[in-house]
Order: sequence, then C-alpha cells, then structure tokens
Amino acid sequence: MQAGDELEPLSVTPDKLLTVRYAGASGDFNPIHIDDEFARQVGLPGRILHGLYTMAQVARALTDTGGGPASLKRLSVQFRGMGVPEVELRVTGSVREVRDDGTVVVETSCEQDGKRIIRNAEAQLRVEP
Amino acid sequence: MAVNTDAIGKRFAPATYAVGREKIREYARAVGETNPLYLDVEAARAEGYDDVVAPPMFAVVYSLPAVWPALFDEEVGIDFGRMVHGGQEFEWGPVVVAGDEITTTATLKDVSERRGNGFFVFESVSVNTRGETVCTALWSNIVRAV
Repeated sequence: MQAGDELEPLSVTPDKLLTVRYAGASGDFNPIHIDDEFARQVGLPGRILHGLYTMAQVARALTDTGGGPASLKRLSVQFRGMGVPEVELRVTGSVREVRDDGTVVVETSCEQDGKRIIRNAEAQLRVEP
Repeated sequence: MAVNTDAIGKRFAPATYAVGREKIREYARAVGETNPLYLDVEAARAEGYDDVVAPPMFAVVYSLPAVWPALFDEEVGIDFGRMVHGGQEFEWGPVVVAGDEITTTATLKDVSERRGNGFFVFESVSVNTRGETVCTALWSNIVRAV
C-alpha cells in the first residue's frame, strides 16, 4: 500500500430488522434503534442504525483491505446525522500515509443517501514492512 | 442544559466478559463479516489461533457490560432519551479469541457543555487474563438540548 491508494469500496444495505439483530448481537438495546414509536417520541424519523454498526462496516472495509483482524490497530470516527435501515451504506477511503514501521494511516467515510454519516474517520493498519 | 462536572474522573465497577464461540459467530453474521477466521474453528486454527477470532469491533460486546451502567449512573446524570452517539475511538492490542475472558473498566474522562448540548466522554480499558490490554476505547456521547 502507498499514499493515495483507494480502499476497496464496501456497499451494504441493512435490512429492516438489522437493528434488532445488531442489538441482540452487541448488547446495545437503546430503544431508539429497535422501537419506532419510542424513536418518534424523541424526535427521530423512526428507528435508526446503531452508530457502532455503521462503524463496524468501516472496520470491515479496512480489515478486508488490510489483511484480517490483527491488521487493524486503531479506528476513530465521528458520527453525523443518522443512519437508517433499508438504504445502502457505502464505505470509501484512501491511504494518507505509510510510515517506516509499517503503519498505514487510512482516511475513510461512510455515506448514505448522499450524506456522510461517518466522517473524519481515521484508521491505522499494521502491515508487514 | 446544565452539566455536572463533579463526576469527571469517576471509575465504574469493572465487568468481566467470557468470550464465546457462538457469540462471535452471531456478532460476525449480524455485521456481515464473512472472513472464515470469525466463523470457522478449523480456519482459525490453521492460522495459529486457539479458536475463532473476534472481529475488532467485537470490542463493543465485551466492553458494554462495563460501559452501559456508566451511562445510567445517577451522578453522571445523562438523560438517556436525548443521548446520541457523537464519536468513537478504539485502539486494539492482541486479538481476542473464543475462550478469552476480558475485564473492562470504564472511567468518565470529560463532561462539557456547548450551545446547550452536553458532551460526555467515557474511556474503557479492556484486559485479558494474560494482563494484555486488548482494547482501549473512547465513547463520546451527546445529550441534545431540550
């Protein structure tokens, strides 16, 4: 990998019940993700994706490119707006820097319906120098 | 909203999580992972691991039992219904595999207020039974203005 290289883009469309499965799998049962009525009561359009599910898609794109789970050493993201089920998510990114010790710094984002719902995402991958 | 900064620095009770093979598989399927290291014991052993490997973001699963109660701590005073996740950071050490036991401790790192919104940052540190830090995380939550 070298600076400027693009990450293999990742696209996924979370189905209607994804947030329920993710809640069960992760242990995050915040009702804004699983209860439409509750979500509307607190001013949301309906139940929304877990930010950490969306972040997991960014991590998946990175480990697919970087060579597996041991390659991802750091990932920091900012969540903006909100993700919703049944609309395609698209993760893209590019290599900003390759350090002598094998650390690859990658900038990524995740977009849904033209909006960046994860931005300023910065990752460090460790690849064999 | 007025935020209470007195609780900054508060450490919450540690929680130990036993990582199970089927839980890793359930999590991997939920997030759409297809790497056999997460799903197939033989594939993981062929790569030198004792059992299936947890995807990096599985850190959510073993950290939450320590972090979740902190979000409801009365002294911290988060209005959970108006809380949104603002940002997240993970830094990973050695990979976690099924059979590991991970102990996580959460701390309230910072509380501040901007334009009526409350900002709460928690840190969690997760350690395996060999004393290795497998993950350090920062959880940034925003409590929206009324």
